[in-house]
Amino acid sequence: MSAPALETRDLCKQFGALTVASNINFRLEPGARHALIGPNGAGKTTFVNMLTGALPATSGKIMFGGEDITQMAQAARTKRGLGRTFQITSLFRDLPVLDNVALGIAEREGVSLNVWKPASSYASIRDESMAHLETMGLGPEALLCVKDLPYGKQRLVEIAIALGLKPKVLLLDEPAAGVPSLESGRILDVLADLPKDIAILIIEHDMDIVFRFAQRITVLVQGAVLTEGTPDEIAGDQRVRDVYLGEGGHD
Amino acid sequence: MIRSGSYSGHARIGIMEALPWIAAIAVYFLLPEYLSLGARIMIFILFTLSLDLILGYAGIITLGHSVFLGIGAYTAGILSVKLNVNDPFLQLIAGCLTSALFGLVSGAVILRTRNLTLLMLTLAITAIVYEIGNKASSLTGGADGLPGVQVNPFFGTFEFDLWGRTGYVYCAIVLFVIWFVVRRLIYSPFGAMLTGIRENTPRMHALGAPVYQRLLIVYTISAGIAGIAGVLMTQVTQSVGLNVLTFEVAGDVLVMLILGGVGRIYGAFVGPVVYMVAQDLLAKQFPEYWSFGVGILLVLVVFFARGGILGLVDKIVDRARTP
Repeated sequence: MSAPALETRDLCKQFGALTVASNINFRLEPGARHALIGPNGAGKTTFVNMLTGALPATSGKIMFGGEDITQMAQAARTKRGLGRTFQITSLFRDLPVLDNVALGIAEREGVSLNVWKPASSYASIRDESMAHLETMGLGPEALLCVKDLPYGKQRLVEIAIALGLKPKVLLLDEPAAGVPSLESGRILDVLADLPKDIAILIIEHDMDIVFRFAQRITVLVQGAVLTEGTPDEIAGDQRVRDVYLGEGGHD
Repeated sequence: MIRSGSYSGHARIGIMEALPWIAAIAVYFLLPEYLSLGARIMIFILFTLSLDLILGYAGIITLGHSVFLGIGAYTAGILSVKLNVNDPFLQLIAGCLTSALFGLVSGAVILRTRNLTLLMLTLAITAIVYEIGNKASSLTGGADGLPGVQVNPFFGTFEFDLWGRTGYVYCAIVLFVIWFVVRRLIYSPFGAMLTGIRENTPRMHALGAPVYQRLLIVYTISAGIAGIAGVLMTQVTQSVGLNVLTFEVAGDVLVMLILGGVGRIYGAFVGPVVYMVAQDLLAKQFPEYWSFGVGILLVLVVFFARGGILGLVDKIVDRARTP
């Protein structure tokens, strides 16, 4: 049996006396479509930040393809194939859309230390960036500044950047947050078309997206895993209904 | 408008970019009595350019850039006065390397921090180095500095002359070479990456860029260039004093960059020219109040031209184009 793409063992995070993650044991299988849900403040984003290395874990282990990456710097994890998108859009707002994607590809290809040839002469990077943007339907906007795009399209740029890094595991932090439902359909289409060999963990409030996209769901409550199962199991779980679905059910 | 490395657009050398060099040649022939001011201005352009690289492109805030100017200047001074090494190019290379080395070592410590902490650390380092320059008088001459710096004639023929012709041409050539290198660097993937760090550091981390290492590289390069400016200053004035290590110089260069336009290569050209010509004119007209005039100029720029003088020019051109 192959190692899980990403795994955590007894992962904990404390901010002083406040425990935001307690003994999280989690497995993401290769090629998985996995969702992480939970009420606000359940510690979902903290969990993702520990996975990517943006936050150090207090204790526990993070394994990436069988390798212990708990102490590894964020950039090194990215190099190994751990990609992410951000909950709050975090783009290079004043740069062209194409450059947003190209900067990541340049890092992946290791050309960023070249100080002599003009960046514009790297046709392969430009073409690959363009290809990713076209997959997202952003071809016509490639040369616009990111800040001039509508919000829904900025979310797509996020995904294009992450794909440009050729990740083995992709963490999508609320890819449709703040997107009008009219445009979120486009994001769903994009998610459905993501390459099958990428293992994907999606954090999402929109249950519509979660149940359409995920094959497995983990429910996080107050920093701990409440339960994990198939979408049907989760939908039928009374505890989940109590703490999460039943509580609001509004989004 | 593309001002740094971009994968989406071209950055050919435009006709406008010949202007500074045409102006430099014109000054040489038309205003021979201003050659020593011209050389000083070009030295400050070089110094401002080095600051622009870290502040304008990489987003590293510093109030201590004079350290690198000073280390370059003292390296040349000490080589000549204490060790009798008077070859201009040896002095130039040595000043560049010592300053770059100091940039590497100090940068390794301070670039782990950001924002206000970083700013404070740059101030602290400036204060420390100034005091070393002051107290290590057997090496630096202390408060008296090192007068009587010797520079051999270039290629055995061109001596520094009384009218500053050689100095002017020498500074122009060095500036041209460094400008060309910096321009390549800014439009390269390295420049694009620096812009990425300035625009969104956390995102660059997430893209897999070792940000600290990259900042250290550009800080070292910038220090080396500032060191070259320092060497030129020593060679042209044939002396070196504590004034090159002061906060005042670090502040001056920041003002010049802001005046010209931060994060654009020609901001580093326009700023020093305007600042130093204004200073020269005002000092002749109102010797007691010249800094008052410079202050007013700066206030006007930060209120009405946020992008500096070049930013203002951009706006006017844009308006003229779109009716």
